[in-house]
Amino acid sequence: MSAPGALGHFGEFGGRFVPEALMPACLELESAFIDAWGDPEFTAQYRTVLREFAGRPTPVTPLRRLSAQLGIELFAKREDLAHTGSHKINNVIGQTLLTKRMGKQRVIAETGAGQHGVATATACAQMGLECTVFMGEIDTERQALNVFRMELLGATVVPVTSGSRTLKDAVNEAMREWVTCVEDTHYCLGSVMGPHPFPWMVREMQSIIGHEALQQMDDLGASIPDFVVACVGGGSNAAGIFSGFANTSARLVGVEAAGGSAVGKGSPGVLHGMRSLLMQDEFGQIEEAYSISAGLDYPGIGPEHAHLADIGRAEYYAIGDDDVIGALEVLSLSEGIIPALETAHAVAWILKEAGREIPLGSRVLLNLSGRGDKDVAQVREILRGQQ
Amino acid sequence: MTSLEKHLRELRASGRKALVPYFVAGLTPDWITHVEAAVHAGADAVEIGIPFSDPMMDGVVIQEAALRALDAGTNLDSIASDLTALSVSVPLIAMTYFNIFHHYGVERAAGKLATSGITGAIVPDLPLEEGREWFDACARHDVATVLLVAPSTPPERVSAICEACRGFCYATARMAVTGRSTDAGEGAHVVERIRAASDIPVYIGIGITTPAQAHDACTTSDGVIVGSLLVKAILDGASASDVEQMVHQFRQAID
Ligand SMILES: Cc1ncc(COP(=O)(O)O)c(C=O)c1O
Repeated sequence: MSAPGALGHFGEFGGRFVPEALMPACLELESAFIDAWGDPEFTAQYRTVLREFAGRPTPVTPLRRLSAQLGIELFAKREDLAHTGSHKINNVIGQTLLTKRMGKQRVIAETGAGQHGVATATACAQMGLECTVFMGEIDTERQALNVFRMELLGATVVPVTSGSRTLKDAVNEAMREWVTCVEDTHYCLGSVMGPHPFPWMVREMQSIIGHEALQQMDDLGASIPDFVVACVGGGSNAAGIFSGFANTSARLVGVEAAGGSAVGKGSPGVLHGMRSLLMQDEFGQIEEAYSISAGLDYPGIGPEHAHLADIGRAEYYAIGDDDVIGALEVLSLSEGIIPALETAHAVAWILKEAGREIPLGSRVLLNLSGRGDKDVAQVREILRGQQ
Repeated sequence: MTSLEKHLRELRASGRKALVPYFVAGLTPDWITHVEAAVHAGADAVEIGIPFSDPMMDGVVIQEAALRALDAGTNLDSIASDLTALSVSVPLIAMTYFNIFHHYGVERAAGKLATSGITGAIVPDLPLEEGREWFDACARHDVATVLLVAPSTPPERVSAICEACRGFCYATARMAVTGRSTDAGEGAHVVERIRAASDIPVYIGIGITTPAQAHDACTTSDGVIVGSLLVKAILDGASASDVEQMVHQFRQAID
């Protein structure tokens, strides 16, 4: 996937819709990123930290039992094995290194489920940066253990009580905070969303997933898959794995939560600094997303995905809450991997479409974006309720 | 030149400092009477806040007010119909986030403002680089596009902003969202930068919470915008006559 235009546009999406007070910070970040990403010393340092600290490269695992059951050839890129349990660490390592390079001492971040917050707190602890995480009050209750993890790692967690008190409001609050402290603070956005350069920068920092996977598939003698499938909240793990396969014949599939389906139910709009597809009412008020997984509970999608959908290079489908728990159980029982609820959406789409949208015999690469440890208490509650 | 800018330049030439209170449309069923009371007490223009679900540049007071107004069913059409009951002689300026106009359709939205008697628009999340379509639509409908300059805006950007800015230029006094701070802010400094680039009228806003602050701001600027203070009072149940009294105090302080 290529760089956006000069103003951060991917086709008709993207851009930079921020208050004037934040404009200089976005411009500064853009040039700092371009400079760092073109500096072999910086990228070498980024890869070294990912190797020594975050456990990269993560493997590609052939899912043999499930493949046999489904009549397809299924592989998983194991981001669940990265430090802190998801792909989020890749982006955070890149952005915290950039924070230091820019001479800033403090990082703020938003988080939904807490995965990006935990990853940010982790990287800040490792690099000696001060860290504040904004989290919707409802999410602090749903994910109390992640709040405690962040605190153990030395971060301050600020519960956000405005609006719907979930991820979208945490982003608003982080932006509001950033205005007051841009001089010494970097806003470490957690997905391929927000104003330019974030969607591009975060995709680049996640593209390591796709580049590793392309090579690893080749090493397995499997070469180019027919399908590359990833779940989509803002779209960072999907953008990361798509990066390795956009120039191949693989069909790229993003799976949204039905209650947060910006491509399926959204229309073009402007929120959080970007023009993208958003769930909104007839007067342009943003609608609240509802999903069993806090990480997909977002009414928008990254602008590059809106563009990929627009030009038909990637396809987006929605999976409802009902199919998610079953998919989590299937992967756990047949492969010994408990996926995150977010990831289980992608698994559910594959289970549903094998033999239909996915022809039998197809080679499919799943981005296994995170492990399910954070979700087991919630899953237990749901399964108990079903008995 | 837009009608709004012509009017505000004349106001300045007459030696009067502009007082611009801000109200959230639809916050109470009788919100129109608050606007009338403010004009009665000496407001020179009124900012009409169109509520948005995700007001990125606003502090808790205006967030709360926006949600209340939305819960009451406020939208661009209902505001337009409420405004038909308003008879004041001062200019009205809309203030909202870009998605409201984007979703309505920029041409249609600019036309809607114009037919509702609104002659200016402030859209804080629409910077220069993304605004062309909206600026052009507004120009066709004689709606002045007021732009903001922040303490962090470098001089080259100030010039570019002033070139596209119509009506007046909004100098934000501090690096903060609305309704937060009480210190003097950096308004004077921002005004100075705008003056170096343009002779457009300059008003200071964001965090003006006392008549004394308004007075100080007007020693450099051509006017002030007072928002969260009034909105907070209305959230707490202020009547039209309470509003009139508050605005009157600001009037006295800047005259
Ligand atoms: C495991 C996992 N996968 C996916 C996501 C969704 O984010 P994105 O779409 O940016 O990959 C999250 C977000 O919290 C997550 O924790």
